[in-house]
Amino acid sequence: MKLESKTPDGPVEKKWDKARFELKLVNPANKRKFEVIVVGTGLAGASAGASLAELGYQVKVFCIQDSPRRAHSIAAQGGINAAKNYPNDGDSIWRLFYDTVKGGDFRAREANVYRLAQVSNAIIDHCVAQGVPFARDYGGTLDNRSFGGAQVSRTFYARGQTGQQLLLGAYASLMRQVGLGSVKMFSRREMMDVVLVDGAARGIVVRNLVTGAFESYAAHAVLLCTGGYSNAFFLSTNANSCNVGAAWSAYKRGAAFANPCFTQIHPTCIPVSGEHQSKLTLMSESLRNDGRVWVPKSSGDRRSPDLIPEEERDYYLERIYPSFGNLVPRDVASRAAKRIIDEGRGVGKTGLAVYLDFADAFKRRGVGAIKEEYGNLFDMYHHLTDEDPYQAPMRIYPAVHYTMGGLWVDYNLMTTIPGLFCLGEANFSDHGGNRLGASALMQGLADGYFVIPYTLGGYFAASKLPKADPGQQAFKEAESGAAGRVKKLLSIKGKRTPVSFHKELGSLMWDNCGMSRNAKGLSEALARIPKIREEFWRNIMVTGSGSEFNQTLERAHRVADYLEFAELLVRDAFERRESCGGHFREEHQTPDNEAKRDDANFCHVSVWEHQGPDRDPVLHKEPLKFEHAHLAQRSYA
Amino acid sequence: MKVTLRVWRQTGPDGPGRLVSYEAEVPSTDMSFLELLDTVNEGLIAKGEDAIAFDHDCREGICGMCSQVIDGQPHGPDKAAATCQLHMRRFKDGDVITAEPFRAKAFPVVKDLVVDRSALDRVMTCGGFVSVNTGAAVDANAVLVPKDDAEKAMDAAACIGCGACVAACPNAAAMLFVGAKVSQFALLPQGAPERVRRVLSMRKAMDKEGFGHCSNEAECEAVCPKEVKISNIARLNREFIRALAVSDG
Repeated sequence: MKLESKTPDGPVEKKWDKARFELKLVNPANKRKFEVIVVGTGLAGASAGASLAELGYQVKVFCIQDSPRRAHSIAAQGGINAAKNYPNDGDSIWRLFYDTVKGGDFRAREANVYRLAQVSNAIIDHCVAQGVPFARDYGGTLDNRSFGGAQVSRTFYARGQTGQQLLLGAYASLMRQVGLGSVKMFSRREMMDVVLVDGAARGIVVRNLVTGAFESYAAHAVLLCTGGYSNAFFLSTNANSCNVGAAWSAYKRGAAFANPCFTQIHPTCIPVSGEHQSKLTLMSESLRNDGRVWVPKSSGDRRSPDLIPEEERDYYLERIYPSFGNLVPRDVASRAAKRIIDEGRGVGKTGLAVYLDFADAFKRRGVGAIKEEYGNLFDMYHHLTDEDPYQAPMRIYPAVHYTMGGLWVDYNLMTTIPGLFCLGEANFSDHGGNRLGASALMQGLADGYFVIPYTLGGYFAASKLPKADPGQQAFKEAESGAAGRVKKLLSIKGKRTPVSFHKELGSLMWDNCGMSRNAKGLSEALARIPKIREEFWRNIMVTGSGSEFNQTLERAHRVADYLEFAELLVRDAFERRESCGGHFREEHQTPDNEAKRDDANFCHVSVWEHQGPDRDPVLHKEPLKFEHAHLAQRSYA
Repeated sequence: MKVTLRVWRQTGPDGPGRLVSYEAEVPSTDMSFLELLDTVNEGLIAKGEDAIAFDHDCREGICGMCSQVIDGQPHGPDKAAATCQLHMRRFKDGDVITAEPFRAKAFPVVKDLVVDRSALDRVMTCGGFVSVNTGAAVDANAVLVPKDDAEKAMDAAACIGCGACVAACPNAAAMLFVGAKVSQFALLPQGAPERVRRVLSMRKAMDKEGFGHCSNEAECEAVCPKEVKISNIARLNREFIRALAVSDG
């Protein structure tokens, strides 16, 4: 496999202009002759679907939920970054670029990150034009707040519902195109396979989740905008239906998978309350603007927080990282919490939590101002925990939240399969080893609104793509493959439920490949995952039939994918013998327990190529060069 | 504690439906109602029986996927909460809890507690947007929006499209849903160019889908998980009358 990043040469600030000029164009009248399939309707998928239809392409859009408006981007809370510099505090495209590369611990592709920073401002302009009700000041201009890993206020927000508002903006644009007839929308469909004809992606097979029927759709290109794989850990902040299936099926068809071990553990989530827990809930990072993180100074201090005097509290983030304080990047904050808790200084019933305290902010800004900015988050916390965060500090604990790894893409967002593109969280490209807060929304929309409309045209104009149709042999084969798997799942009639396997895998992943990892734990996981998988295919119980609405079957199918994918994730974590970003290998840390990168040996993207079901994947490396954001030890002290 | 669940079971849109009782052990009152359903389903699957189908996704009250009528109320007894935010601490030992699907002519049952709400998407295709193509926008601060207007627009835009308003309304009206979208754009300068078209077109689409009309019951506001106010329906009506007055037909 040859990895060609297709990054244009020349100075980084000119690369995107150069690429846009060099990409061939499809003339307006010819655009309607091209069909595009978009899978997923989060920020990346909805924005891509709408923008491509506006250009004149014929677009088919698929989503797993009952409506495209429900994709998990909807749950993003805090905000979206852009280099507008409206607050006059020293921001610029260069600074956003540098912060993002550094925040990602120098494991992202420089040119991609620069482009992301470059288009960030146009995203805000477009969303405002769509009627997204961003927060504003009394003069009518847009307001900003701060987020982790930055010393400027560059985050635009709509209360604690920024993801919802941006997604509804993209969804509205998509619905407009549905009304105009240029987008055909298919909801309650799960992608089962990507179909290749003459080596290029020419369609997909989906399962209709209402009828159970397998359906094939052909197009000239396929865009996967299917999000991340946090649910490999069972408990994560992701929605229940988030899954790796679409990306994994593409991997098995030859799309390389990059950096699967780069997973983000978010520091501020509501702690686990018991065995019954089905998911975890995030409390936005924006809360760290006003909340102060602390634990008691002495271990085993079980007093209620209001009885612990100021001098017996340890505001440990402010103490260890004085210049960024509570706003250090997520990976840094999560690991600090883990160290503190390992010292026995955790709080709450289980001891697996730290406080996020707003008492000072209430005094400084007033309860009203805090309520206006974060009211819905406080309500959410109250609902879940039955504790009033206006009265007592929140208890928080890290949880799996986002995955930086994903399908490998070139500068044009194309995977190693021609015609198969990957956008948003599902690709690997922009966040390196750790994503900064408020950058996921930026990347999803950058890919969909401002990158793919150019690069897809370039692909079409430069390729010969004879007509494909669902009657072709390749489609029939993919359909029968998918049907065979479903049939097998239904026929085993074993003793264990899909959820029980998912939980078993998840707890193994969290224990052995979670916030901190070591060679021994990873080897154990590598040995155990195939055994769980073997039992799954012998002992799974799936009730109901394949020709009806069957959520048990849906879950079993997704768990089967996770049982394959998790092994690649662990293998990648094992092979990356350095610590960087969210990937912390205990063998590689500085004397003060920070992540220690090994730039001499690991300054690359790890790119995995599938070799068939019973053979180990092959590791390729895309070297990373840092010509502008110079390699440096990350310091937030 | 133990509770009895009475759950609506229906094999498909045309199949007969009935309430089926399940005894459920509640291991922790911190668990959510949906997690209790998960537990019941685990038991059913282990016995080889069909699990209870219900819609859910984010489980934090924002995606709008969950949609159950619990003890007669869409999204259950808690105010300002979606079904997924209902916790078992709200109940006591021995309670009988009834779970049914959202019921409305425009929301046919798919299976058990799952309904088809695509009618709401179809209404959205008829004007629930600002017609602006990617790339055409002016600088974000070029158009000033008074903070109060932006806040009110945000109050309306908080709608999660769950359809509880429809399920609660004796007329199965979607006017809170449509009113929220019309209001958001009526309050913002970006919505102004399509002000007339939008309200006429969305009203028409709403009628076509079989939703009823508002008769000021205010049940919608009472059950809305995002506390979208009925004043948005007043604004919808005002926008509609204004549009009739200024349009050519």
